[in-house]
Amino acid sequence: MSKRIGMEIALAVAEAAALCRPDVIAAYPITPNTHIPEHLAEIVAEGHLDCEYLPVESEHSALSACTGASAAGARVYTATSSQGLLYMYEIMPIVPAMRLPVIMALGNRAISGPINIWNDHSDVMCVRDLGWISMFAANGQEAVDMTIQAFKIGEHHDVMLPVLVNLDGFQLTHVVESMLMPDQEEVDKFLPPRKPYGAVHPDNIVSMGTLALPEIYTEARMAMNEALINSKKTILEVWKEWEKMFGRKYEPISSYKTEGADVVMLTMGSMGETGSIAVDQLRQEGFRAGMLNLKLFRPFPADELRAAVKGAKVLIVTDRAIMCGGDVAPVCAEVKSALYDEPVRPAIVNEIIGLGGRDVRVEDFIKIFKKAATADKVKPERSFEIYGVRTS
Amino acid sequence: MKGIVENFDLYAPKLVDKEEYFSSGHRACQGCGEALAIRLMCKALGKDTVMTNATGCMEVISTLYPTTAWKLPWVHVAFPNSAAVGAGVSSALKVLRRKGKIADRDVKTVSIGGDGGSVDIGFQAISGAMERGHDMIYICFDNEAYMNTGIQRSGGTPYGASTTTAPAGAASVGNKTWKKNMPAIMVAHNVPYVATACHSYPFDFMNKVKKAKKVKGPAYIHCLAVCPTGWRSSSDTCIKLGRLAVETGIFPLYEVENGKYNMTIDMPKKLRPVDDYLKLQGRFRHLSPDERKTFQGLATLEYNKILNNVKCSKSWTDLKG
Repeated sequence: MSKRIGMEIALAVAEAAALCRPDVIAAYPITPNTHIPEHLAEIVAEGHLDCEYLPVESEHSALSACTGASAAGARVYTATSSQGLLYMYEIMPIVPAMRLPVIMALGNRAISGPINIWNDHSDVMCVRDLGWISMFAANGQEAVDMTIQAFKIGEHHDVMLPVLVNLDGFQLTHVVESMLMPDQEEVDKFLPPRKPYGAVHPDNIVSMGTLALPEIYTEARMAMNEALINSKKTILEVWKEWEKMFGRKYEPISSYKTEGADVVMLTMGSMGETGSIAVDQLRQEGFRAGMLNLKLFRPFPADELRAAVKGAKVLIVTDRAIMCGGDVAPVCAEVKSALYDEPVRPAIVNEIIGLGGRDVRVEDFIKIFKKAATADKVKPERSFEIYGVRTS
Repeated sequence: MKGIVENFDLYAPKLVDKEEYFSSGHRACQGCGEALAIRLMCKALGKDTVMTNATGCMEVISTLYPTTAWKLPWVHVAFPNSAAVGAGVSSALKVLRRKGKIADRDVKTVSIGGDGGSVDIGFQAISGAMERGHDMIYICFDNEAYMNTGIQRSGGTPYGASTTTAPAGAASVGNKTWKKNMPAIMVAHNVPYVATACHSYPFDFMNKVKKAKKVKGPAYIHCLAVCPTGWRSSSDTCIKLGRLAVETGIFPLYEVENGKYNMTIDMPKKLRPVDDYLKLQGRFRHLSPDERKTFQGLATLEYNKILNNVKCSKSWTDLKG
């Protein structure tokens, strides 16, 4: 039976990963995800998990070793952040193209430069288009749950793709929260051992990762992309099963007080919870605010988004990264694209918030809501705003 | 019969595996030393092997989708990470066997790459994999430049070779430095079995692969592979050039077991002059007599370093005290 625990979220995520009985873990230290692989190393060292733990010499090798181990049929796990993810970048697109499940916790952290160890989403935005399933936890419970779900989703034979579980660096990784931790029996029931579709072994002679000429490259890329798009079906099924077993509901986009809301805000990750407090306060004032939290970023849930914003006059899309040189920030670009063909759609305001760990408080969310309220009548000056930039 | 061969630690032509694990029909150039070396390597390894391959000529010529020349399980991921992928495969095989998820028998992970993929861009991954002590063999097939991308200079390129990124010219001799001594670096990683090899000495090479396979832990083989395309040499001189590289002392064949260096091929008392080797290759054709002397000097120095290691090194078992 699940147990109520109070624990640092990174440690809880490590415990959740251990419950999934990974065969191989390879990781390299980088703040702020480090407590996850550290705690896993501890669990292995104490003999609680039968696993090959590789303290590799770089993130490039961490993902490479995970790819090799996954190719050999193992259940694999890794974790990283920021520059570590960028160091993996070369291997990132190859893993989904080889249709190899690799589960990765990403303790989201700002990319350099200037160097900064705190939270935003600029790291994951660098890899958003490479073929990985990408989901965002809003709190510790979701980080724990998504870790376990990720194995089931990624290893499913209709999917066979790597999965990123995003959890905000420090804001989530280093926060102690009350969570329900499933027990081993429950996890074993939910998540049977991996059955690899094909694996490199002398009993199964295959060549993996071969060269594709122009005649076949397009088809190979398309096949991978279709697999990613189709993975939504499995994700929804797994989330239903999870809800049935554990009673916690997961949807691609969760809504908070959006019914009858004039101004709706979309967040991703942990900031949605702070934003929801702002929504409560605004509602008390008679300001009809609502909150959406995007949990599934890849594959992008465009249908669910279109349904979720129906009726809103203004949609504020918050972004935790700059899309340098772009017309808007990355999440907003997705949202605008998804809504463009809608006959009736809200006015869209793009606010870039919380870069490099900059705190965004309840009063900041209230300010953003109030400022955006008239956007359906008066078009904002610019297509995006970086909120709270100090000018003196 | 197999047991007898193992006792004598040698291979006889009749006993070489008839199976072709690296089949014909691949797209290597005529006279490719590396393709030959891989064929021999596979025969020495046998079927209980998983290969990981760095990006490079061998991946390109052997696995053009939907074809493959490999009759061994094979995986390629990228250029710099063959050793890291191998570390993952080796770890997976170990734990899956322990958990009873795969057959209970020894399967060796063998990672291969060219000189660029090994001594340059893949260096860190090899260093990590060897230092961590995975049960795997790494074999570098060294053709002394980035041949797949068009003969660019690597850390394995010898002095005086003209390459596309270190071309010979009025103001340049071509490549200015001697080859990076990768085997010595591997010995410094406490790798229990390190060897040099060349396809022109097939039994020496295959014996070394067999020895490496027996090691429970990491092993490293540095195999010189003649590249007629990049060396600007006639394709029918492939075997000859490999022999000359050894007979001139430019690429001596030795092995290092637990730190103890031993020559594995009888070297003549008086080495052949390096000119015998240089004159057959277009990449050295520009060298002046003085530059040839410099080459000879560098080759002799490096050779003497190896002889000194053979003379002075002691096995780690003897050094335990």
